[in-house]
Amino acid sequence: MTLNTSRRGFLKSAAAAAAVLYVGARPDGALAAGSAPAQLNPFVRIDADGTVTAIVKHFEKGQGPATGLTTLIAEELGVSMEDIQYEFAPSDPSRYANLAFGQFQGTGGSTAMANSFMQYRQAGAAAREMLIKAAAEAWGADVSTLSIEDGIIKGAGQQAPIADFVGAAAQMEAPAEPRLKDPSEFRLIGNAKVKRKDSLPKTNGTAKYAMDLHLPNQMVAVIARSPRMGGLAAGFDDTDAKEVKGYIRAAVLPNKAGVAVYAENTWAAFQAREAVTVDWDLSNAENRSSDQIREQLLNAVNSDPEYNVNGADPAATAALIDGAEKVVEQTFYFPLLAHAPMEPLTCTIEANEDGGITLHDGAQIPTGPHMALAEIFQLPMEKIRINTMLAGGSFGRRATPTADYQVEAALAFVLTDRSRPVKLVWSREDDITGGYYRPAVAHKVRVGLDAGGNITGWDHRIAAQSIIKGTFFEPMLVHNGVDHTSVEGVPDGLYQIQGQFVGLSDVAKATNVLWWRSVGHTHTAYVMETMMDEAARAAGRDPVEFRLALLEGGGKDQERLAGVLKLAADKGNWGSAPEGRSQGIAVHKSFGSYVAEVVEISGNADDGVQVEKVTCAVDCGLAVNPDVVKAQMEGGIGYGIGHVMRNEITLTDGVVDQFNFPDYEPLRIGDINAIEVHIVPSAEAPSGVGEPGTPPSAPALANAIAVSGPRVTELPMINSGISFA
Amino acid sequence: MALSLKLNGQTHEVEAEPGTPLLWVIRDELKLTGTKFGCGVAACGACTVHLDGEPVRSCQTYIEDAEGAEITTIEGLNSKAAQAVQAAWVELDVVQCGYCQSGQIMSAVGLLSENPKPTVEEIDDYMNGNACRCATYQRIRSAILRASDMMEA
Ligand code: FES
Ligand code: FES
Repeated sequence: MTLNTSRRGFLKSAAAAAAVLYVGARPDGALAAGSAPAQLNPFVRIDADGTVTAIVKHFEKGQGPATGLTTLIAEELGVSMEDIQYEFAPSDPSRYANLAFGQFQGTGGSTAMANSFMQYRQAGAAAREMLIKAAAEAWGADVSTLSIEDGIIKGAGQQAPIADFVGAAAQMEAPAEPRLKDPSEFRLIGNAKVKRKDSLPKTNGTAKYAMDLHLPNQMVAVIARSPRMGGLAAGFDDTDAKEVKGYIRAAVLPNKAGVAVYAENTWAAFQAREAVTVDWDLSNAENRSSDQIREQLLNAVNSDPEYNVNGADPAATAALIDGAEKVVEQTFYFPLLAHAPMEPLTCTIEANEDGGITLHDGAQIPTGPHMALAEIFQLPMEKIRINTMLAGGSFGRRATPTADYQVEAALAFVLTDRSRPVKLVWSREDDITGGYYRPAVAHKVRVGLDAGGNITGWDHRIAAQSIIKGTFFEPMLVHNGVDHTSVEGVPDGLYQIQGQFVGLSDVAKATNVLWWRSVGHTHTAYVMETMMDEAARAAGRDPVEFRLALLEGGGKDQERLAGVLKLAADKGNWGSAPEGRSQGIAVHKSFGSYVAEVVEISGNADDGVQVEKVTCAVDCGLAVNPDVVKAQMEGGIGYGIGHVMRNEITLTDGVVDQFNFPDYEPLRIGDINAIEVHIVPSAEAPSGVGEPGTPPSAPALANAIAVSGPRVTELPMINSGISFA
Repeated sequence: MALSLKLNGQTHEVEAEPGTPLLWVIRDELKLTGTKFGCGVAACGACTVHLDGEPVRSCQTYIEDAEGAEITTIEGLNSKAAQAVQAAWVELDVVQCGYCQSGQIMSAVGLLSENPKPTVEEIDDYMNGNACRCATYQRIRSAILRASDMMEA
């Protein structure tokens, strides 16, 4: 028995070298297969021993794409979730471009599932058809009599594991249009019992994040950065650092943006950095305070806007509002926010024997650092390898258009003799003070209502620090001067509002700004949904009924938005809050998904508000992994509510005032007592789930507070006199 | 200075300066990376380990104060409470990015070891120092209750 088993094992591994089946797509999108990945962009690999591996092109930062893409392959191929594994695709934009980003490989904008839904299913289905065809030929059977279930090909009185036909299938052409399962045949897609693929390693300490990498002989580098954006290092004194055991040396970065401090280990690097005194040239550095930035933003929304966003005539809108029966008006201010992913930023660079470079990184947009490193090291793209590791959260931070921390690591590496790998580590203080914030934004809205409580005019002015201008995304996302991410959710909102004018002004950035979970929707949803409540109140109508009336008679988009609004209201017992509690509701579409949330609170603004319960309804098309969708809604809600309660980044004379979690206090376990998520059954194509849970959460909370407390228009809420229990 | 550390049932001889946080000895010297660095100032709990069975923040525990104690990291957990907690975590798919979860689990095991039947308020109170930026708190709470039931069974 033992002999047989090991002999079989030997034969299998001998065959393994020869026969591997890859199925994926050619650069033009056509399905392709082969025994090597060279000419295609593989989505699945089946080894000669029958091991099935999904090749995941999106990186995993907790939002579950590894589980989702694996589910798609397993479903169409006919294997169980236990029998499929996954690995991350190498960085190669020509092969793994995210369809939503053009020639860019990346994860963001909640696109992972939308982008891959058809691609990965087709790859799985093609592999199934090829394996069945190989079996049918061997057995002299008709393909229509065979099927694959749990990795076994069955039919015509025969059965065999898929392993037996990998070699034969690898010789075939991929079918041009494999038959996809009808949704009624799904066993894994949409199954709430399908488990995450990464729970176990993340529960027993074995999961390896970029921060966990220890390459032999590596150095740790930390950077002393300018306290104010734009400051340059003119020199440094490291006399005291030499007393720190494990300190190696320090050097001014080639771009003068900081001083790299090298040490044998992380703690020595942190200590040595404390002991290095840097001479900063601050002559061109930012010196504004956030109060001044706030003033500039508020002035801008009170002046004529720089850009007309929706082409409406502001004078006509003004006339409609001036002639209205009632006018509601509010001005809003949103502060800078840090992303603060749990794992501080880090990556490691080493030299390869072939003269190339390897970057080990939890890269969110690998193409960005890939191109940046090719430039810095003056190497062709194929000489730069990227080892994609797990990332401990991102919320947008690991996806800077400038590849900021990877460039820092590369510059720190360039200053060495390249014999030792360099691991760049950010501390939490580096993270909180390091820029790339959600921009500060102001809105001013005036709404006119007629005697019947109908909206007659809506004047909406936004002033923001543009995220996109000056980056390579500008040609895609800035049109006629309007950065779409500054306004998304307003001109393209789904309410059928009469006489709406939308204007935008840009205000110069005092720090680098960046997309932050749900990007522009972080503030536009807050403004739209709190103003809806204000308008409903002025009209003397119920907030849900008021919103539904503005959606009625629209298209499918409006119907889907109304659908989640009604579902959330129903499940959240809208209108029948228990004694001592208040409810607020909000609904918003972002990233193709429709989400409504009812927030129920107890207490009050003076003695402390407690979020008792959040009831969420989501329509994200077909929910591939319903439990992952629920988890993303829970997380998105927590992220939104935590920040709106108490987080802000402020500057004094250009210097960030906050340092670490004690003054950028994260959401804690007791802040929300319960979250309940309901998914609308749908056969529509899947849309995003990583971000859409966030936008409605903050306005729903604000609306609950406003029932018997103040209308909060200045964030975070603690700055508006709201205390929390 | 030379120290000997009792960690996960084994004795390790290490070289470290006084005042070095236990966290960095565990991660950088002993290369046990399940214990995470999140803030360095005892404000997030990602670095939680057990010292003689009690959860402590290893980023604020000096190495000289850990000498002589039994140190347990996520890699060395094996108590009944630990098994129940880890099983409940997998059953309820608590994790998202997962970076905070070693610390969450170390704290949850600490809680259930001293209080096998905690109320929701007691859970929220005990777990208050463990931040999760992915906001998996709902599931953490449910998993602790589930683990408590499992321990009883
Ligand atoms: S790293 Fe120790 S509590 Fe945050
Ligand atoms: S799971 Fe990401 S920080 Fe907790």
